Amino acid sequence: MNILLKHIEYPGSTELKGYCESGGYKALSKALDMKPADIVNEVRRSGLRGRGGAGFPTGMKWTIASMDPKKPKYIICNADEGEPGTFKDRPILEKNPHLLIEGMAVSAYAIQAEYGYIYLRGEYPQAKEIVEKAIKDAYSAGYLGDNILGKGFKFHLFVYFGAGAYICGEETAMIESLEGKRGQPRIKPPFPVNEGFLAKPTVINNVETFANIPHIVEIGADAYLKIGSPESPGPKLFSVSGSVNKPGVYELPMGTTLREIIYGHCGGIKNGKELKAVIPGGVSTPIMTADKIDCPMDFVSLPRYGSMLGSGGIIVFDETADLLKVCLRIMEFFDHESCGKCTPCREGVGWLVAVLRRMSTGSGNPGDIELLTEISKNILGKCFCALGDGAAMVVQGFLNNFRSEMEAGIGGQQ
Amino acid sequence: MKGPLENGTLKSVPECGEKETALMPALYTAQKEHGWMSIEAMEAVAGALDIPKARVKGFATFYDMFGKKPVGRHVVRLCTNVSCILSGSEELLLRLRDKFGIAPDETTPDGRFSLVAMECIGACGTAPAMLVDNDFYEDLTTENIFSILEKYK
Repeated sequence: MNILLKHIEYPGSTELKGYCESGGYKALSKALDMKPADIVNEVRRSGLRGRGGAGFPTGMKWTIASMDPKKPKYIICNADEGEPGTFKDRPILEKNPHLLIEGMAVSAYAIQAEYGYIYLRGEYPQAKEIVEKAIKDAYSAGYLGDNILGKGFKFHLFVYFGAGAYICGEETAMIESLEGKRGQPRIKPPFPVNEGFLAKPTVINNVETFANIPHIVEIGADAYLKIGSPESPGPKLFSVSGSVNKPGVYELPMGTTLREIIYGHCGGIKNGKELKAVIPGGVSTPIMTADKIDCPMDFVSLPRYGSMLGSGGIIVFDETADLLKVCLRIMEFFDHESCGKCTPCREGVGWLVAVLRRMSTGSGNPGDIELLTEISKNILGKCFCALGDGAAMVVQGFLNNFRSEMEAGIGGQQ
Repeated sequence: MKGPLENGTLKSVPECGEKETALMPALYTAQKEHGWMSIEAMEAVAGALDIPKARVKGFATFYDMFGKKPVGRHVVRLCTNVSCILSGSEELLLRLRDKFGIAPDETTPDGRFSLVAMECIGACGTAPAMLVDNDFYEDLTTENIFSILEKYK
């Protein structure tokens, strides 16, 4: 299945000419002959849920934004792919930029937005060049501009190059950053769909979410619903890394099991080693034990197995992995990326790092496990955004699933 | 984008949609011209955009890609997050230290390389990975990393 990774079947599709030859921009042409509300309705019926991590129903987001009378409206593409273990948006940005542009143009028409931004992470300079060239080509061919395809719709698209702040992947922090401010999240409500960029209705969707839109418009919601699992329809990009034989980005139906991904598509564990643990959706999703790999990878199944789908960034650990060290490294990441606005996150995550650091050298204090639990409870649910929550749940995941390995960091126990 | 920073003054504001979005690209322009984000560079941007200096400084110091001190001719950004560690990026850091005598956030005495230990750069499937200036390098080993760096003088 290559709906999102079109370039695998049509290597020329990175360029405008090849993209059009492989059927590109037909969905935009079709969409511009439809009523905007009918497109929103079709996307709502398709059951598409946001591919950035939270899984919010895309059609609902669009419905709320279109109902808001304030103008102008904006759409923003979240291309700030910074979640460690996640590299699924890169092949869309670097190999299928027109799929993103077409998806954004259709989305803009659906909610009647005239301006769009692609908020691209500063660590992707190659993608910036490719996407900017693709935008230029799309303008020349009339797929962007003041009168798209001569059908009277105006949409202008810009690339906004970020500068290395993970927190800007959080949608309200992203808006702050776009407005020329520090990337610190806003309190919600109001939600961006009502008061987003410049206090106007703003739809923010992930790269992969926008990339699904042309296909939904082309084949219709009923056909789209047949892909994936009933509660989480559609194709999903899984980026697999760590101790597997064939790491990479795989486009598979939502609901494919972890076992099939790891042992089927990725060729099993490197060097014939045993599987020890899996992080299923980027480092802010709780780690799972090897016996849970029959879990279908979708929004509803993973919570039943104690984790979350997140971004679909799967990190695989073999029997040799030092999970206490991994836990410390993840907390150092969150500590570095906390924007500093909310005290429980700023202070709490730093404290988690301090405790884990002494444990990682085998000199943890008696009571440190309980201390980690206590600190993480005091972060959970007490901050503006989900960064601190992620850190807290991840520590709890390590403590729940690999407790004895964590306890080995307490001095005098070995 | 228009208006390079000439003689400490940003001549014109970059074109990037709404005017609020001008600060980030203006800082990138200033950094490109100036090499790093000095107080002078930030103040030039504040003057060019006619916004308070404190706001520019608060903004620029929030984002990691704006250098807080002078950097070498080439910036080596080696990923040190989970997937890269699993594939040996810590060993690469040690080798870089042995060969060039620099730890993360340091610059070689000849001004050739600055080293930065990065959070995830989105190349986990081809780990370990690094960016040298704007060029991506993946599937690094203790051998090929030095032949790659040889190209940067």
